[in-house]
Amino acid sequence: MIDGLSDIWVYLARDPLFGLTLTVLAYLAADRVYRHLGMHPLANPVLWSVIALALVLHVTGISYERYFEGAQFIHVLLGPATVALAVPLYKAFGTLRQSWRGIALALPTSVVVASLGAVGLALVLGAAATTIASLAPKAVTTPIAMGIAEQIGGLPTLTAVFVILTGIVGGVLGPPLLSLLGVRDARARGIALGAAAHGIGTARAFNEGPETGAHASLAMGLAGLLTALLLPVVWPFVRALM
Amino acid sequence: MANIATTCRSATGDALTPTPPILPVLALLLVFQLAGEALSHAFALPVPGPVIGMLGLLLALIVRGWRKGAASAVPPALERATQALLGHLSLLFVPAGVGVTTHLALLAEEAVPIAAALLISTLAAIAVGGLLMASVGPGSRPEEDQDEEGRR
Repeated sequence: MIDGLSDIWVYLARDPLFGLTLTVLAYLAADRVYRHLGMHPLANPVLWSVIALALVLHVTGISYERYFEGAQFIHVLLGPATVALAVPLYKAFGTLRQSWRGIALALPTSVVVASLGAVGLALVLGAAATTIASLAPKAVTTPIAMGIAEQIGGLPTLTAVFVILTGIVGGVLGPPLLSLLGVRDARARGIALGAAAHGIGTARAFNEGPETGAHASLAMGLAGLLTALLLPVVWPFVRALM
Repeated sequence: MANIATTCRSATGDALTPTPPILPVLALLLVFQLAGEALSHAFALPVPGPVIGMLGLLLALIVRGWRKGAASAVPPALERATQALLGHLSLLFVPAGVGVTTHLALLAEEAVPIAAALLISTLAAIAVGGLLMASVGPGSRPEEDQDEEGRR
């Protein structure tokens, strides 16, 4: 009986279906907890499903490569999902009409501070070149950030984690920071959260109200686009400093 | 633009199906992504292929809306299907996220620069973005702005 079970286990652990099923189940469980906790940024479902899956791989001794054989079927959908981001961005364009002056000033500045600020700090504090390249796109939505990381010589998997951590920092500390600075304008709060903390900041912004949320969605889309257009072009100059 | 319209018309033709027409829209998204990848490689562009695809779809939507005079209307089939895909966008990051297990040593070694860079740059970006946006003033006569844009 025990032998039979372990045979089945050995067979299943090799099957790509294992990684795929495990990923979906872990995410569903984490997402359920997240919703149950009122979508608090600290309960981020990606963070907790990654932690849970990493523990499972560690305990079972299954390598990441073997896990990815199954999980890649989810991973490939990142490309079409990035293209699909055009739809919410297009819908948010109405917001741009109302506040384009402020956005034209605030958004590029925020994008540069978020990206090159992180690069500068990591450089000064002595991080490795790969780490710095993986940090550079951390303020934008994961599919775009991973694409940029690949282009500029970072590690997309590391970037995915940095993006999530950035979102958590922005989602948890962003709103109290803005209140502390006396920023009460819904548009300003939305732009700040969306530009610096992508989807997680945007989700937080929608908690404050629809106007804040709409501005955050727009800022998230524009920040992603702007970072993807600028960072790979600027990168050779940054690399020269390393 | 024309292809979006046809895709969506054929997809919404079957009015009784409550499920979004995921397959034609997935095909559309893949075509835009492929075109983006092709452009990126052909011209050695530094921008990721899917982002060029996203820009392409965005332009297609803008041209379509401009032609139809309905600036904010997204084809309903496209909207529903992309919502279905983006509704679980977070799931798509998980396989890559688990890849962090292969870099744990690096993370531990550079924990301080990484933590400082993430924390400080994110808070600075939020502060700068919020303060600059607020400095322009609430709305700055939004009514006039809208008229201006509407006439274009």
